[in-house]
Amino acid sequence: MLEVKQLAKNYGKLIAVTGVSFRADRGETIGLLGPNGAGKTTTVSIIAGLLSPDSGEVLIEGKQVKSDTDPVKLKVGLVPQDMALYDKLSARDNLTFFAALYSLAGAKAKQAIDDVLNLVGLSDRAGDKVETFSGGMKRRLNLAAALLHDPQILLLDEPTVGVDPQSRNAIFENLEALKERGKTLIYTTHYMEEAERLCDRIVIIDHGKMIANDTLQGLHKLLPVTNVIAIDLVHADGFKPEQMLALPEVKSAELIEGTLRVGVHDLSRGAPGVLRWLAENGHSYHHVSSEQPDLETVFLTLTGRNLRDS
Amino acid sequence: MIPFLALVRKDLKLFFNDRKAVIVGLLVPIVLASFFGYMFGGQSGKAETSRVPVLVIDQDGSGISRGLITQLASDKYLDVKPSTLDAAREAVRKGKATVAIVIPKDFGENKPQLGVLYDPSHNVELGMVRGILSGAVMQTVSKEMFTGIGGREMVNESLGQIENNPRISAQDRKALRHLLGGVNELNEQREREGESGQGAISGGLTMPYDTREQAITSGKDIEYNGYAHAFAGMGIQFILFMGLDVGIALLTLRQSGLWQRLRAAPLSRTMLLGSRTVSASLIAGFILLVLFGFARVVFGVHILGSFAGFVGVCAAFSLMTAAFGLMVAALGETVEATRGYSIMATLIMVMLGGAWVPTFVFPAWLRKLTVVVPTRWAMDGLDGMIWRGLGFSSALAPIGVLLLFTLLFGVVAVMRFRWSTE
Repeated sequence: MLEVKQLAKNYGKLIAVTGVSFRADRGETIGLLGPNGAGKTTTVSIIAGLLSPDSGEVLIEGKQVKSDTDPVKLKVGLVPQDMALYDKLSARDNLTFFAALYSLAGAKAKQAIDDVLNLVGLSDRAGDKVETFSGGMKRRLNLAAALLHDPQILLLDEPTVGVDPQSRNAIFENLEALKERGKTLIYTTHYMEEAERLCDRIVIIDHGKMIANDTLQGLHKLLPVTNVIAIDLVHADGFKPEQMLALPEVKSAELIEGTLRVGVHDLSRGAPGVLRWLAENGHSYHHVSSEQPDLETVFLTLTGRNLRDS
Repeated sequence: MIPFLALVRKDLKLFFNDRKAVIVGLLVPIVLASFFGYMFGGQSGKAETSRVPVLVIDQDGSGISRGLITQLASDKYLDVKPSTLDAAREAVRKGKATVAIVIPKDFGENKPQLGVLYDPSHNVELGMVRGILSGAVMQTVSKEMFTGIGGREMVNESLGQIENNPRISAQDRKALRHLLGGVNELNEQREREGESGQGAISGGLTMPYDTREQAITSGKDIEYNGYAHAFAGMGIQFILFMGLDVGIALLTLRQSGLWQRLRAAPLSRTMLLGSRTVSASLIAGFILLVLFGFARVVFGVHILGSFAGFVGVCAAFSLMTAAFGLMVAALGETVEATRGYSIMATLIMVMLGGAWVPTFVFPAWLRKLTVVVPTRWAMDGLDGMIWRGLGFSSALAPIGVLLLFTLLFGVVAVMRFRWSTE
């Protein structure tokens, strides 16, 4: 279990991280979501023991990392954002070296290397130099190197940057497999769809501050509307969407290229009322569908100027 | 111990995996050391220097001027050719001749003035030519004085002046008459001996001494090998550059994900820097081994002093180089700026250490200053062990000083190294 309590880190006058707190249990995936420079990497670096916080603490299985050689570090695996591999060495030589950093040698190391190569699907390229790998293969090997010592907590700092969709999927499958094995994953990203797909809870960081920490469903509740009803009108000319705001369930309404988009909090109560109103007022339609706002909407809403100003 | 060995092994693997870099890294110092070794005397220790091109303008055309030209032409260090004044001036200006000597008309009468035109970029050769010229003039003029017609005429003329000059006292006249009469008598005797081919001073006056030159090397009949110093110097230079590369690589590594991965592992800082020191020292040792192996096989450079001392100096210098690399990494801000500063520092160390040219050519104050340069101690240590043939005790001071520098650089590196990846 990982506990992060009120982390703060400044670089001179620049506040890198302030008031970041969250907790990650066994088998749980926490997403650290934020734009570039938000403080995600600083948070991960503090958890990995690369940086000391100015205040706050990180507890790994209830213990703090007290020195460079603290055995608590064995419980953590780090996948850095930058590729952390030796291009001139083969994949196996790279993994042999990284295994040795955790005092793994001989048959034990060989077994660990075979396991991680198998997990990331690179067993057949083990003897090839890393410089011959594609970007996606390097990313997978980068992940494999962090798993050699079988850490309970895996810190993944934007592990899919610059990879093709196929390799990204392969990495997601690897991570899902690890999650099934009960590993705790801390996943930083600025890709909303990654956080939506992988994370049980999402911590949103902006300008070093934690502005939300909840499940995806919980974050949706922070929005003014949690559902959008999209209605393709037969005759959109002259239709005034603002008149729908008179309905009690309707929170927003707009007409874009013949499609009426109506925002409601409760779909089961809001949709019948909206459709009834259209019928009563003589507006026919071709097609009706419902949409849930994605995490991008949540993020933009939470970090937008209006929200911060309010 | 497993992580430490893995760190060292990885560095060595990365070094040897880049075969082109290894070959170039060894080939360049070998080529340069071979060139410098040849220039500084080669295996026999005697440099083959080209003869100084000298033009002579004979405006006198007398026997004495021709004798002087013959005398100059017989010198093994000069390449003497006749010329005209304008042609000689043009040749010196264009650098085709180093010196031009103008023998004026009536050379040999009163105190003649020899004209010397010289290329100002060849001051050393000018000094040499001046010395040879003095000897040649003395020899030629004295020969003319004692055996030539002009010399006899001058003596007879002087005898006549002595007899007719009332201002010379009787006592002085007697003494001068005796002196010049003796010269006349000697001339007549030499002429007779010359006819029979036995003239003792018919070649004129020469230097009143001979020199016997003896190179003091490690032992009798052992010649100085110019390649010994050259290979030591180039070895030191390129190992310092290797140390520089270690520092720059560490600086680059510190900005990479690899550094984060290393720091995330349960490894001490001593282990991270210590392993670098050991691997860099081993690589330095390997370079020295190949260089001196080549020098031994191809140029016959032998370790004529203490082998243990040689190994000790090499090991201490290798450690010092590794610590120097770490210090570069610790003090460096950006890779580009650090590369510039450290290349300059390295070249100054190499130059002041005597790796390019021996320190004896430096001014005295600069020679004193070089004691604070570690490469000077390394060069002295290697020269002492390789060709001077000194014992182990002579290696102790260089080893000690190099280890002190290692400690100093190491402490600075550890204290100033920025561990955080901020």
